Amino acid sequence: MSRQHVSAVINGEPVDFLCEPQQTLLDALRDELSLTGSKEGCGSGDCGACSVILDGRLVCSCLMLAVEADGHSVQTIEGLATGNKLHPVQQKFLEHAALQCGFCTPGLLVAAKALLDRNPKPTETEARYWLAGNLCRCTGYDKIIRAVLDAAAEMRGESA
Amino acid sequence: MATLTYQAPTTVQDAVRILAGAGGVAKVLAGGTDLLVQLRSGRMKPDLIVDTKKIPGLIGIREVDGGFVIGAATPGAVIGECEPLAKAWPGVVEAANLIGSTQVQGRASLAGNLCNASPAADSVPALIAAKAICVIVGPKGRREAPVESIIIGPGRTSLERDEIVTEFHLPKRPPRSADAYLRFIPRTEMDIAVVGAGISVTLDAGGVCRDARVSLGAVAPTPLLVPEAAAALIGRKLDQAALDALDAAARKACKPIDDKRGTIDYRIKVAGVLARRAAAIAFERAGERR
Repeated sequence: MSRQHVSAVINGEPVDFLCEPQQTLLDALRDELSLTGSKEGCGSGDCGACSVILDGRLVCSCLMLAVEADGHSVQTIEGLATGNKLHPVQQKFLEHAALQCGFCTPGLLVAAKALLDRNPKPTETEARYWLAGNLCRCTGYDKIIRAVLDAAAEMRGESA
Repeated sequence: MATLTYQAPTTVQDAVRILAGAGGVAKVLAGGTDLLVQLRSGRMKPDLIVDTKKIPGLIGIREVDGGFVIGAATPGAVIGECEPLAKAWPGVVEAANLIGSTQVQGRASLAGNLCNASPAADSVPALIAAKAICVIVGPKGRREAPVESIIIGPGRTSLERDEIVTEFHLPKRPPRSADAYLRFIPRTEMDIAVVGAGISVTLDAGGVCRDARVSLGAVAPTPLLVPEAAAALIGRKLDQAALDALDAAARKACKPIDDKRGTIDYRIKVAGVLARRAAAIAFERAGERR
C-alpha cells in the first residue's frame, strides 16, 4: 500500500505529510514531522502522554490514525508557548515544581490547556477528573493540580 | 499489516460497497479507541479499515418527533454537551460519559462501544434500558434492530460483515419518565465495569411505576435485558417490597464469570445493589418531571 497524503493544520500552520495507513497520529507527529514533544507512554490510551487537541477536543494521538487527521486541526505541546513566552500552565508547572522525570508533562500541559480553554474556573475536583487520563508516576499529582488551578487563577487575572 | 488499506467514504452506500467487496479482514472505524488498541497490540490484523466519520450524519445529534437521533460515531464528549439529550435521557448520557478518560471521550462513540461487544460496555445497558433502536445499513438496504439484539457474545455481534450501524434512535418520552445508569468500579474513574445497571421508568401521577426496563452489564457474556426485574417495578411505588423484588430478579438474571475484577458471588450481589440504587435515581428523576 502506498503512503497516504495528509493535509492538516498543525499548531496553526498548514502541513502536508505522507504516512503509512496504519501509522498513528503520534508516530507521524514524532517520526514524519519531528514533533517529538508528544510522548508514547502506553500506546493504548491509558496514560495520556500523547495528548493533543484535535479541532478543540482533547484526544490521545496514539488512538488515532494519522490519516484521520486529514482536513483537521491539531495542536501539540510544541504549539503551547508563544515564541519564548511560556503558556501560563507551563510557567506554573515550573513554579510549583509539578514535574519530576517530565515524561508525562507534555500530555498534562496539553490536557490542562484544553481544560482551561473550556472551563476558566475549574474546581479541584473538576481538574482532577479532567486529568484522570493523564498518569504521572512521580509527583503524586498534588503539585500538578495546584499548578493548574494557579494557572487558571492567573489567566482569570486573579493574583494567587 | 503492511497491506492495510484505509478508506474514508463520504456516503453510507460507498462504505457498504467497499465493505462488501473487501477480501480478508475488514473493520469499521468510528472513534477508534478500541480498534486502535487492538490494531497496535496485534490482536486485530485488518486488511481494510473503513472510517465512517466522513459520512454526513454519522457525527451529530438531532431531535426528531420528540425523540433523538444520535449519529453512530458521535463522540462521548459531544453527547455529554447536548443539553436536551441529557435532560431527556440522563442515564444514557451518564453511561456514555463514563467510558474512559477525557481524551477517550473526545473520540469514543456509541457504535464503537456497541460493536466492540464487550460484556462490560458502559453505554449498552443504558441504551437497552432506553429501548434504543440502531439503524443498520447493508447491501440489502436499511434495517432497524433493538440494541439488545446486537451483541451475541464477547467480541461478537449479529451484524453482517458488510453492515454498518449508522445511528441510534431514542424514543419520545412520556411525562414522568427518566433513566439512570450506575457502574461499580473499585475506584472513581478510569476502570472497566465490575457490574453496570441501566434502568428506565415511567411513573403515573401517583408515583406508581407504569413502565420499566432494566438492563445489566458485566454479569453475563452479553449485556442483559432483564424483563423480570422490570416486572418487579411495574405497578408499584418504589417501596421496600419493590426494591427487594428488583434486587432478587436482578441477581437471578446474572451469569457472571470470576475474574480479576470480581468473583461470581460478588458480581451477583453487586448487581442487586446497583439495580436498587439505579432504580432509586430513575424514580427520583422521573418524580421531578411533573
